[in-house]
Amino acid sequence: MEKSWPAVDYEVGREKIREFVEATAERHVIYHDRKASRGAGFRDLVAPPMFAVVYTHRSLWPAIEDPEVGIDLSKMLHVGQDFRWSEPVCAGDVITTETSLADVQKGKKGSTYTFESHARNDRGDETVHATWTMMVMGG
Amino acid sequence: MKSGDPVPELRVLPGRFLPHRYAGASGDFNPIHVDPESAKALGQPSNILHGLYMMSVLARAVGDVGDGDPRRLKRLAVQFKAPGFPEQELSVEGQVREVKAKVAQVEAKLVQAGGDVVTGEAEVSAE
Repeated sequence: MEKSWPAVDYEVGREKIREFVEATAERHVIYHDRKASRGAGFRDLVAPPMFAVVYTHRSLWPAIEDPEVGIDLSKMLHVGQDFRWSEPVCAGDVITTETSLADVQKGKKGSTYTFESHARNDRGDETVHATWTMMVMGG
Repeated sequence: MKSGDPVPELRVLPGRFLPHRYAGASGDFNPIHVDPESAKALGQPSNILHGLYMMSVLARAVGDVGDGDPRRLKRLAVQFKAPGFPEQELSVEGQVREVKAKVAQVEAKLVQAGGDVVTGEAEVSAE
C-alpha cells in the first residue's frame, strides 16, 4: 500500500525552540541566544537538528492514525529513524511537511511500516527528509 | 577530524519527569512515556523514555564531532534496540569510521545499564 497525505504547515516560534532545547539539554549558546545565532550567520534563533521532530509531528500523525493504514497504536514500536538535514531551521520559518507511506513489509514478528516526510521552509529549501520505521507487533 | 577519532564523551541523567517535559516539547504524549501504570500494562517495568529523546542525546554527541554546528550534522540514522528508562544514566560511545569527500562517517551508540539502547550512523561535514 502507498499513500500520501496533504502537506501541513508549522510556524517556528522562538520560545518553542527554547522549550525543546531545555527538554533535550542542548547547551550551545546559539540555541538560547538570538544574538549568538545571528552572530553565527543564522537569520534568527536557530533550532537544533532534532527540532525536526517538532515540526514534522503534525504531518506524521494523521498518517500513522489513518484508519486506512490500520495501525494498532497499542502494538506499535518505533524501531528506526533516519533524518537527512539540509537547510537549518530558524524562528520565524514556516515549514511545510508532506508525509507518505512508502512501504509495508509483513514479517515474522509483525508488519513494518516505512513513512517518509519531506519538509521545506517558506523559501522552498528542503530542511529535512525523515524516514520513520514503525513495527506493529503481531500485525 | 580523522578516522578513529572518538565522539566526545557525553553522559546524561534523564530525571523522573524528563519524559513529561519532552512530551510537552515534542507533542508526543503516548501514555507509555508519561504514565507508569500504562507502561506496566504493556509489559514495561516503568514508563520509558521517548526514542526520539534518546536520539537527540546521540545527535548532540555526534554533532559535537562537528563542533556543535547544526549546519555540519547532515544525517543521523538510528535503530531503537531496547527501551530506555528515566533516572538511569545514558552515555554515548562512538568514533569516526572514515572521512571521505570532507564528510565524516560516524558510528555511535547510546548505552544504559550496560546495554545498547540506540545504535546509529551519522554524517558530519568536516567544515
